[in-house]
Amino acid sequence: MAKSSDVLFSPIFKENPIALQVLGICSALAVTSKLYPTLIMCVALTATVTLSNFFISLIRNITPSNIRIIVQMTIISSLVIIVDQLLKAYDYETSKTLSVFVGLIITNCIVMGRAEAYAMQNGPYMSLLDGLGNGLGYSVILIIVASIRELIGSGQLLDKQILPLASDGGWYVSNNFFLLPPSSFIIIGLFIWFLRSWKTDQIEVSEFKMSKNAPKEIKVDHA
Amino acid sequence: MQNKDSIKNTIFIGIGLCLVCAAIISIIAVGLKEKQKNNAILDQQKKIVAAADLESFYGSVNNAFTSIEEKIIDIEAGLITNQSSEKYDLSKELRDPNRFIELSSAEDIATIKKREKFSKVFLEYRESQLNTVILPVRGYGLWGILYGYLAISNDLNTIVGLEFYDHKETPGLGAEVDNPKWKALWRGKRIYDENGKILIKVIKGKVDNSMDMSSYEVDGLSGATLTSKGVSNLLAYWLGENGFKPFLDNLKKEKING
Repeated sequence: MAKSSDVLFSPIFKENPIALQVLGICSALAVTSKLYPTLIMCVALTATVTLSNFFISLIRNITPSNIRIIVQMTIISSLVIIVDQLLKAYDYETSKTLSVFVGLIITNCIVMGRAEAYAMQNGPYMSLLDGLGNGLGYSVILIIVASIRELIGSGQLLDKQILPLASDGGWYVSNNFFLLPPSSFIIIGLFIWFLRSWKTDQIEVSEFKMSKNAPKEIKVDHA
Repeated sequence: MQNKDSIKNTIFIGIGLCLVCAAIISIIAVGLKEKQKNNAILDQQKKIVAAADLESFYGSVNNAFTSIEEKIIDIEAGLITNQSSEKYDLSKELRDPNRFIELSSAEDIATIKKREKFSKVFLEYRESQLNTVILPVRGYGLWGILYGYLAISNDLNTIVGLEFYDHKETPGLGAEVDNPKWKALWRGKRIYDENGKILIKVIKGKVDNSMDMSSYEVDGLSGATLTSKGVSNLLAYWLGENGFKPFLDNLKKEKING
């Protein structure tokens, strides 16, 4: 039996769902241009994956295996609708900014992936921790990406001006590229590179080797 | 316990789960409906109050709305109708063939394709005198339609403010229509010349204040030529003969005749 602290903390850096499994990056691209909506998105996703893992694990022994995906989807989508409704009632501004991306948590691979890979085989308490850990792992990356994008893209953090903009008489010329979704690809890519240089066991074995006839021979041997 | 993969159990779990989830969602959705509706209304009211710059005068959005009257007007005739403004919904109007007109490409300078016959406008009164007219406007920018409110002061020729509540423009470029500094540029700009011709527009680059035309011009958004053009076009449409000009003319006449 795995230790509960391992289950909770390993998804944050050791088995990060975005960096190692490269899951759920769609929303990581779309909602990270500002930090505040990103924080709300992280809370929404963490709540969904935690509770969905819990409920799916709770009924795993009576779930017929041929409709298990439908059962998981029903639970996940119900939770997402509830989160969306709550957001519309209590933080209308942010729910407008996040628009469809809250609803799209339903299709986030992390939620489905954890339900199928973990919650169907483990008890409710451990599944809850696993969901929470994966939610936090997702949140860590999103918060890093959003902080970088908001700071470089508009010189702000949480809507507070950190770097005075040149257009308002300051010295900082904002880099608009960081406000556009493709910039998160680059930031996530760099993050995965740093993470894998630090934890070298995350480096995957190459799927192919360059043939000898290739113009330049590149050694690809990670063993 | 019987076999969990039996047909009986499969149907039982499937239906049972759906019922439980549906019940929970229904309870939550119904319970929060009132709050969500109020949020949506308040959100619109905030934008209207921001366009007309009324918050500093009245102290709060709710206070400002005690002095604002909502009216449904017939755009073509330019007259206030006695239709109820409570249930008015633009998206519904644009689905009812009796309540919108298709625009020909020559008329359609704002690229909106359809224009409602009846529009909901907001009139702010101070000491029973009309003080600000707030008109809903929309038009195509770069990526999609910009929706906003234009506030005009009681001389019916001076802009108080322009506020967009929904658009899809590029962050950092076209989305700078939300920048408070740019929005402040609209204040005091004039719309028509003596002959009623529309002169207000967003120009390319910065306005030269020494020129005669500067009171009709607003700085362009740098890096967002098409959005700037879109804003000029939507103003030209909605302030023109096919837009709210008949209504503004009628208000002007009313004012002169007392």
